[in-house]
Amino acid sequence: MEQNIVDKIKVNPDYQELVKKRTAFSLKLTIAMLVVYFGFILTIAFDPSALAAPLAEGSVTTIGIPIGIAVIIFAFILTGIYTKRANGEFDDLANKIKESVKDS
Amino acid sequence: MLNRIFLFLILGAVAVFASGTIEGEIQKQPLNIPAIVMFVIFVGATLGITYWAAKRTKSAKDFYTAGGGITGFQNGMAIAGDYMSAASFLGISGLVYLKGYDGLIYSIGFLVGWPLILFMIAEPLRNLGKYTFADVASYRLRQKPIRILAAFGSVATVILYLIAQMVGSGKLIQLLFGLQYEVAVILVGVLMILYVTFGGMLATTWVQIIKAFLLLSGATFMAIAVMAHYDFSFGALFAHATELKGAEIMSPGGLVSDPVSAISLAIALMFGTAGLPHILMRFFTVGNAKEARKSVFFATGFIGYFYILTFTIGFGAIVMVYQNPEYLDLAKQAISGGYPILGGNNMAAIHLSHAVGGDFFLGFISAVAFATILAVVSGLTLAGASAISHDLYASVYKKGQVDGLKEMKVSRIATVVLGIVAIILGIAFEKQNIAFVVGLAFAIAASANFPVLLLSMYWKKLTTRGAVIGGSLGLATAVLLVILGPIVWVQILGNAEAIFPYKYPALFSVVVAFVGIWFFSITDKSESAKEEMEAFEAQYIRSQTGIGAEGASEH
Repeated sequence: MEQNIVDKIKVNPDYQELVKKRTAFSLKLTIAMLVVYFGFILTIAFDPSALAAPLAEGSVTTIGIPIGIAVIIFAFILTGIYTKRANGEFDDLANKIKESVKDS
Repeated sequence: MLNRIFLFLILGAVAVFASGTIEGEIQKQPLNIPAIVMFVIFVGATLGITYWAAKRTKSAKDFYTAGGGITGFQNGMAIAGDYMSAASFLGISGLVYLKGYDGLIYSIGFLVGWPLILFMIAEPLRNLGKYTFADVASYRLRQKPIRILAAFGSVATVILYLIAQMVGSGKLIQLLFGLQYEVAVILVGVLMILYVTFGGMLATTWVQIIKAFLLLSGATFMAIAVMAHYDFSFGALFAHATELKGAEIMSPGGLVSDPVSAISLAIALMFGTAGLPHILMRFFTVGNAKEARKSVFFATGFIGYFYILTFTIGFGAIVMVYQNPEYLDLAKQAISGGYPILGGNNMAAIHLSHAVGGDFFLGFISAVAFATILAVVSGLTLAGASAISHDLYASVYKKGQVDGLKEMKVSRIATVVLGIVAIILGIAFEKQNIAFVVGLAFAIAASANFPVLLLSMYWKKLTTRGAVIGGSLGLATAVLLVILGPIVWVQILGNAEAIFPYKYPALFSVVVAFVGIWFFSITDKSESAKEEMEAFEAQYIRSQTGIGAEGASEH
């Protein structure tokens, strides 16, 4: 990439918006995943009995089962949320930036 | 010429296979005819695909990345296929069978790395790289040292992983098909060399997709068959399982007992996944960042679904295989008591397939397990061969001055060599304890490959010196701590007490790598370091916008 294009994109408000929005969004989702997963794994490390409570009175199913499955589904939903926004909003911005360089 | 070699190798593979079936009759396991028929159909179909792919593999780009024309959905399936190895199918369902809930904890650890790959790695990787992740790591740094480090990390990860897969495959095939161990290992090695050398990434990807489809279908059928017995009520299934094995299978057991091990395992699985060369390479097979994101979305869905299935299958095995006289290993029971099953706990899913679907379905699942091994070793070998041909030969030795055809030829030679090395190591490690091998592969990927890759994408002040010294320190720490840890130092070398008390070194080795990279980068005041920092801006713009990124090829 030539230096003049770099300088041009650097000050392009669309580029600044893209980087700012995407960085914040990725960071938020990353933290969400880490909090949920480490919350789960540290509960197991420090207090495994917390997950051993029965789901209902007299049931053998523990609350650990739906919680574990929920972590899996949560991870999948997060990838869906990111992909949807990035493939729409972020890609539109990226395309606008590409167009602006083409004109010059 | 190509066709003739191809034909010759097919005949060779058939000959090896045929001789194996004859010898198989003297094995203690009976010959499994439906399994062999279905396996032959699978091999025939995949060799057909390889032939088709070979005709389309004309350039280095075709060979490494299938021309970049794989769709997000297909690539998601292939990534899931790379991840759903026979070890994870049989191992995790076996762990659930043995310990119940602990198996679920383990599989969740394998899954949660995927969202992080999507949020941090997938897109810049796709936008900056061409064939290997070293393309990205060395984008603005000095080619030679970075490529050597990355190739070393890649080949080490690939070979360790290959050892685990080859030994596992030899034992599994011996058990399922009644073939001799050596015959099984050679058969896997020869078929894998055929797929990769002739069909490149295109054949490897399609073999992986077909296998992923078969594995998911087979596992879905098993889970539904189990649930149908309990009117699709998990409560009823769990109630019956706890009657047989006790209530403790419903809650966390001893898998992660102390916080340090828990965090260390979590880091190894999360960052290790993001540093596996055969997984990273898959992001170059799609046309653009959009498809790369879709790949991860679909892959996470398939893998998550697969883990829910294996959990159900493990419980299914508890109620239908455990204590079932048909699958009991009587010889073992006579010595040690309890209810050991034939072939050990990792055979739980295989026995369950027989319990729900008879000989025919057992044959199907056995053939799928074999297909799984073939597909995974093919992906691994291709990644290892690419590191050798693209990073070491073309970029370091020839300094980029080499034409694609020559590079592809070197890659094919590297594939054959790696295949032979895998066969030799597979046979050499038959009787060895290889429990540490996959853990070590993940630790190296997390401590050497991942930190360098991540910081090269996001940290402006990264310099060549920092990356090389820090990455090497992470690698050395991971290897050293595994050797001094309980598995190698105590169980294999027979010492009384481990010098390093934890089974998983990642927490320590990953920190060493990041601190090392940071320290040796910020103290690097050289002229080249300054240039490397200045080059960051252009790299970052390309990684964010995709301007200048590799496209798909024209056909």
